[in-house]
Amino acid sequence: MAAAEESTSPQTLQEKALQEKTLQERTWHGVVLQTLKRHDIRLVPYVPDRVLTTLIKNIHADPFFTTFPTAREEEAVGIISGAWMGGMRGAVLMQTSGFATLANVLASLAIPYQIPLIMFVSERGTLGEFNYGQSLVCRTMRPVLDSLAMEHHTATRLDEFEFIVDRSIRQAITTQAPVALILSPLLTGGKVFEK
Amino acid sequence: MNKATDIPARNTKVMNRFDLTSRLVAKLKNEEAVIGGIGNTNFDLWAAGHRPQNFYMLGSMGLAFPIALGVALAQPERRVFALEGDGSLLMQLGCLSTVATQAPKNLTMIVMDNGVYQITGAQPTPAAAVADIIAIAIGCGLSNSAWAADEEDFERLVDQSLSATEPTLIGVRIDDKPGVGATRRDPVQIRERFMLGLGVREAL
Repeated sequence: MAAAEESTSPQTLQEKALQEKTLQERTWHGVVLQTLKRHDIRLVPYVPDRVLTTLIKNIHADPFFTTFPTAREEEAVGIISGAWMGGMRGAVLMQTSGFATLANVLASLAIPYQIPLIMFVSERGTLGEFNYGQSLVCRTMRPVLDSLAMEHHTATRLDEFEFIVDRSIRQAITTQAPVALILSPLLTGGKVFEK
Repeated sequence: MNKATDIPARNTKVMNRFDLTSRLVAKLKNEEAVIGGIGNTNFDLWAAGHRPQNFYMLGSMGLAFPIALGVALAQPERRVFALEGDGSLLMQLGCLSTVATQAPKNLTMIVMDNGVYQITGAQPTPAAAVADIIAIAIGCGLSNSAWAADEEDFERLVDQSLSATEPTLIGVRIDDKPGVGATRRDPVQIRERFMLGLGVREAL
């Protein structure tokens, strides 16, 4: 028995798995993709954003996911809600200005029907914004979330990002309540004016 | 009064929402899901006889088809019907091309078109006098879209959709009568009953 344990040292295997995991998850978008998979979240409708480009591309490339663009963010929320009730988990990707279109569907569908709506919101409008309208609409986001007493977190650091995403998904599903994960430019680099 | 009925190109009978909904529900033998949109479409679905596979949308105007798309993607073996008003659909026309792209063959969408916002006082919609919902749907890529000429034609189109190889959209012109019933406005129970009906949950 002892010899067998030595030949396939569980310690070494664990370390190796951890290393591979670290390699896979060293980017914020890698963390999102792997954490969605771990929680069996297969349906990912989105309205695109420049910052989300790599994440969207990688989710499209992975046959685990069913992912597609929608014309509006609330449409994606409707799709996710239907899928949840049908037994399929989902998450929506969007930008700050897209979130600003959601107050009605959050207040009339996701929250009262207790749908664990998981939203990733790429944050524009702060830390180097070049479009005044984006900075204004960004200021409406947290007051809307707070006025509905919705769970939300702003992710700024890669080292704590997996913890935030993993725990937030767990909480959304077990408490049947929506959550917004706001991806700060501190995490993603954001979008900058380059002309 | 009802401008939509004045368009001569539509050689279709003006029918009644509750009657059509009852005809649909009477056909359901295989635990098909039915999503009722905001207001009258879900009121008449409720009045036609509650089923555990019915979902009643109490807000979020325009999202009956997207919710139905989600159910259809999650349960490809189950037939999913969605009932939507013309005014509601106008709020979310983009969803038609999303449905066309995903192309779930188990989805049947029914548009109850009276050309008015009946529930708010029967004001005409901006589309009533000029737009054709079926032409819009076809233009969005939903080639299996048609107006029902009368009740028998509606039933025939519903039956046809059950074996279709792409999503179906059926347009019906209806009168401006209000919904017959009033859905019990209890979102959590509605959602939980629906999930039980779809076999996703077990009762507590």
